[in-house]
Amino acid sequence: MKELRLMKGNEALEEAAIRAGVDAYFGYPITPQSEIIEYLMAEDTEKRTGMVVLQAESEVAAINMIYGAAGCGKKALTSSSGPGISLKQEGLSYIAGAELPCVVVNIVRGGPGLGTIQPSQSDYLQSVKGGGHGDYKLIVLAPATVQETVDYVKLAFELAFKYRNPVMILSDGIIGQMMEKVELFEQMPRSTKEYEWATTGKKPGKDHVIVTSLQLKPEEQEEVNLRLQAKYREVEKNEVMYEAYNIDDAEYLFVSFGSCARITQKAMEMAREKGYKVGQIRPQTLYPYPAEIINKLADQVKGVFTVEMNDGQMVEDVRLAVNGKVPVEHYGRFGGMIPSPDEILNAFEQKFIGG
Amino acid sequence: MNEEIIIAGFGGQGVLSMGQILCYGGVMQNKEVTWMPSYGPEMRGGTANCTAIISDEKISSPVLNAYDTAIMLNQPSLDKFEETVKPGGMLIYETNGIIRKPERKDIDIYSIGAYDESIKMKNTKIFNMIVIGGFLKARPILDVENVIKGLEKVLPERYHHLIPLNEEAIRKGMEIIKVENKLK
Amino acid sequence: MAENLIKPENLVYEKSKSMTERELHYCPGCGHGTAHRMLAEAIDDLDIQGETIGIAPVGCSVLAYYYFDVDMLEAAHGRAPAVATGIKRVLPEKYVFTYQGDGDLAAIGTAETIHACNRGENILIVFINNGIYGMTGGQMAPTTLENMKSTTSPRGRDIKTMGNPLKISELVAELPGTYYATRHSVHTPANARKTKRAFKKALEYQKENKGTCLVEVVSNCPSNWKMTPAESNKWMEENMFPFYPLGDIKTPK
Repeated sequence: MKELRLMKGNEALEEAAIRAGVDAYFGYPITPQSEIIEYLMAEDTEKRTGMVVLQAESEVAAINMIYGAAGCGKKALTSSSGPGISLKQEGLSYIAGAELPCVVVNIVRGGPGLGTIQPSQSDYLQSVKGGGHGDYKLIVLAPATVQETVDYVKLAFELAFKYRNPVMILSDGIIGQMMEKVELFEQMPRSTKEYEWATTGKKPGKDHVIVTSLQLKPEEQEEVNLRLQAKYREVEKNEVMYEAYNIDDAEYLFVSFGSCARITQKAMEMAREKGYKVGQIRPQTLYPYPAEIINKLADQVKGVFTVEMNDGQMVEDVRLAVNGKVPVEHYGRFGGMIPSPDEILNAFEQKFIGG
Repeated sequence: MNEEIIIAGFGGQGVLSMGQILCYGGVMQNKEVTWMPSYGPEMRGGTANCTAIISDEKISSPVLNAYDTAIMLNQPSLDKFEETVKPGGMLIYETNGIIRKPERKDIDIYSIGAYDESIKMKNTKIFNMIVIGGFLKARPILDVENVIKGLEKVLPERYHHLIPLNEEAIRKGMEIIKVENKLK
Repeated sequence: MAENLIKPENLVYEKSKSMTERELHYCPGCGHGTAHRMLAEAIDDLDIQGETIGIAPVGCSVLAYYYFDVDMLEAAHGRAPAVATGIKRVLPEKYVFTYQGDGDLAAIGTAETIHACNRGENILIVFINNGIYGMTGGQMAPTTLENMKSTTSPRGRDIKTMGNPLKISELVAELPGTYYATRHSVHTPANARKTKRAFKKALEYQKENKGTCLVEVVSNCPSNWKMTPAESNKWMEENMFPFYPLGDIKTPK
């Protein structure tokens, strides 16, 4: 029996986390995502499913609590926004290095610095190119609807455990604050599975388990790096997700992700009404990136137009994918400003049609 | 059907909840819905507003620059959003305190004296439900029963005894809404 | 004849079960090895090897996870109490300890230390205080004594510009979540035995969910103090103990 509700993105995310059988949430308040921990506390998750929810003393402490819980093989979740996500980067690097699963939600706000609490996509590069130190990758999911937010919580944990790697859900205040119809999945039981890599107490006759990201010998560190790289190649092979609209006859291609992709989609519809054959790709995974389809479409279209709520971050990946075949242009608004469909259309006409 | 609605007024007039009630009604009627509180530059100027989109199709942008319907609950909102109604669209304004009426000739215009009516009904809290009634009369995109079912979802259980009053308010709004300008 | 002597009933000393076969990397005369051993013996005595999870710090004891034969995690610098919190909250029936040095616990990890204690996390914090950063080569620690030389206080710690040595155990003992705080050393057999008793007590309190227990071990650093092991122990007694007096700081009422 499917359960339909009208829910805010942030609320839906947490309801999904409870239903996904998450074991622990550790977080620290920061606008615009404080309602995530508020919702969990109000739900009294300890009673409902046994899920632990703790307000940590800092983002730094929260991500290290995640490291501890993840090290025990538990489903651990944290959430924050830009400045707090910056503080979590150290922990994320350790979690990636120690090959532990966890899910981190970033409800992005405008930056740099304390910036603004309004929605932005300015943490794209931080999310997909590392963010912390060392050669590592986060798997990055970018929902564009409240329903996708719900679905990606479940998917994020599946991927995190499949690859033993941190997964980020990159969202923003538009999706967090908007209400949409959602179909919630049924409550999943919390897992009692014990993993051989997890520290749950030494088993008789077995070696003790060590969770570490330290290698003293360069040869051993390189081995770790090679193993990680092999894992990332697998992720790139198996997990790319995108949505394509009107690409069959497209002469121009729009590329946009998350909330911004929906505004861009409206602009695409308006462009079609004006007679421009525009198609659109909306990457749903930002790492791994849907480079292949964009590269393929670059043989077909006259130009590629990216729209982002930042100064042009994803456009770097689009340019790599297009590889010089056709011109790539970017349009962006910053600092919490949200582009409107008609201004996107205008920008497209100016850059490609000759306004 | 794809109805893109902007609702704007002073904070405390129930602007945000009006959008939510309509959207929940849409969920009950198996429509796609998106509700967006005011964000970005529109927040300035002391008005609260929200966008409600109710559609048979999947909804693209939650951020719009033109609307099928504008429901304006005060003068600053009316001044600001009158021009954002699509040609052929509709504008409903609440008459209390309006000194400059809308002037567009290419849209349907309705007025509703919801505030005065709510005083007559001895409960100003149902003001926004009267406006919803007016909207549903002018644009019958949702059944009243579904809006009421949606209301049951939005209201905490301890307020459920007020639902009959709210239904009465919707019916009243359907009665009292007035045509100011009709295209055809 | 000789081989007949090696019988269980004749053994007066053996490797503790909760330590691995791995050779310790610590410098000659360093207190870490003895402190490890005392903690491992406490774990053995309570028969909780399979239920104990430890957290290694960043510092000289970063490789402690090789030596304790219990499940271990290596934490980021200073974050061990947060990691321990994460573990204890999802596995409340396990015994969880952190093993941290002074830089890790009392400088970069001060917030994590204080807040874990303030929440009364049911964990054991083992705090090795030798007043110096050992692994990075002898820089000033938060616990470096006034006028004590280090590579970043080459003319001795000037408290006017470098701040005062921090008595963090006394500080956290003030917090209601801290159940037991005590200070010991491992430089003589008698002191080492007292340290072991403190570890055991702390782990027993943990079983009863009493709150955070902190056992500080005032220790030496012959390499970075630039002394022989014997000199370093003497220097510790004469200089460290007066400022960091041994004994209980907070005991259950």
